[in-house]
Amino acid sequence: MKRVYVNEKWCLGCHLCEYNCAYANSGKDDMVKALKNVKINPRIQIEEKDGIAFAVQCRHCEEPLCVKGCITGALSVKDGVIEVDKDKCVGCFTCILSCPYGAIMPDDDGHAIQKCELCVKNANGQPACVAGCPNKAIVFEER
Amino acid sequence: MSKFVIIGNSAGAIGSVEGIRSVDKASEIVLIASEPYHTYSRPLISYLLWGKTDEQRMKYRPDSFYKDNNVKTLLGRTVTKIDAEKKTVTLDSGETVSYDKLLNATGSSPFVPPMEGLEKVENKFTFMTLDDAHALEASLNKDSRVLVIGAGLIGLKCVEGIADRVGEITVVDMADRILPSVLDQEGAALVQSFIEERGVRFCLGDSATKFEKNKAVLKSGKEIGFDLLVLAVGVRPNVSLLKEAGAEVNRGIVTNEKCETSIRDIYAAGDCTESYDISVGQDRILALLPNAYMQGETAGINIAGGEKLYDNAIPMNAMGMFGYHMITAGSYEGDIYTEKSGRNYKKLFYRDNRLVGYIMIGDIARAGIYTSLIKKKTPLDSVDFELIKRKPQLMAFSKKKRAEFLAR
Repeated sequence: MKRVYVNEKWCLGCHLCEYNCAYANSGKDDMVKALKNVKINPRIQIEEKDGIAFAVQCRHCEEPLCVKGCITGALSVKDGVIEVDKDKCVGCFTCILSCPYGAIMPDDDGHAIQKCELCVKNANGQPACVAGCPNKAIVFEER
Repeated sequence: MSKFVIIGNSAGAIGSVEGIRSVDKASEIVLIASEPYHTYSRPLISYLLWGKTDEQRMKYRPDSFYKDNNVKTLLGRTVTKIDAEKKTVTLDSGETVSYDKLLNATGSSPFVPPMEGLEKVENKFTFMTLDDAHALEASLNKDSRVLVIGAGLIGLKCVEGIADRVGEITVVDMADRILPSVLDQEGAALVQSFIEERGVRFCLGDSATKFEKNKAVLKSGKEIGFDLLVLAVGVRPNVSLLKEAGAEVNRGIVTNEKCETSIRDIYAAGDCTESYDISVGQDRILALLPNAYMQGETAGINIAGGEKLYDNAIPMNAMGMFGYHMITAGSYEGDIYTEKSGRNYKKLFYRDNRLVGYIMIGDIARAGIYTSLIKKKTPLDSVDFELIKRKPQLMAFSKKKRAEFLAR
């Protein structure tokens, strides 16, 4: 299965992936309208310190502790992609307790969680973070 | 082809179906449960009363689950006996069902200690099942005075579920703080004050010694009038079937890392069992939904002839009250690192070069990174502890580890 991989050697720490993620998942078709004066809450997040930077998002684990621990059944694996049914999710955050990468976070209103779904459910269809990465520090490939 | 029988229909049972089917698509699975419903998430009953979910969305798996997994269900039927010699279970109707391998995922039941005058109380409830939630809902109204005995997870989630729908709520607990099994003194005080702002009253370090029809007398002498009484003192594992069948039972059913009981071909999972808690190094009951699922899945894989061990159980809880969240894991012993700012509170517990427990209240971002440190027993000198104790982050791991996490 194709996954997103991150190479910290190439990451500039430019945060473009975060903006592209927020835009792709905003449901809006104008980047300015989607992001202007908005405090973004992207599903991919950059860590940086002392000149090192890298992006972290869901690894779509083969042994997904978030899915197995989900109390509602809102998290499931579809064709290798870990998806959340926000309608079922009650925002108990057991998945935030479970995820070893810290890749799941509350959504904007805090009533459910959000996570990277490889853009399969938004208009992009392919990970927007990868498409917009100026230095190929994030790639989407089979390994 | 074998015949596998599962007693139960919640997280442990469903985990075992998924575990079995990941290995064996053909064998017969019969699932027997006392409740007549499609599998549903019991922790959601409070959200149901709160109006945050409904019965359709509470279903723990899709409507097609039993069909998709080729499971024959006997719902609304109760197993009364396990005969480990003949390898049969007996149902309440007297029928018997044979098995090659059996999973006991019978869960736990509310524990109601004997209390003087309790029989005089007409409107009393426990809060564990869908039927419990419906019964409570049918009796409450906007003027109801509710007395909840027990300030643990079940009692407080019940409070959250009904707070907007009743007149007043008082919570009584023998312990000197709320959520005594989950929070420390300081954390509990923070959460308590938040809940009190919602108009809920607490009587802690106190207990009900006597009941009348609509009144409780506490040990302190205080009297509390009520219309509805919720008993949320604790739960007891349902062990009787296996105990009578001759299995080794302490407080819960004793299981090994494969989730086998002491009786050949009988497995057990979920709230009815004891697990080995690696954060303290001893067996204890970990009545938690993720634990039940993992045990069930492990049992299922082994039942079907695969190999799987469940050997990294720890206590852990994610819980919110009116949007104020807390995540906790492990045991609270050893050296302590504390951070406090307003309503955000964090405590890390570490010893012998390992993180053994944590409490996060308010800001719960990326808590799972801490959980993973506990579960994997990561030596703290292999990470930048000064960095990670301030904020859970992958930057604190070595470059090699980071590459393992993110680049493969």
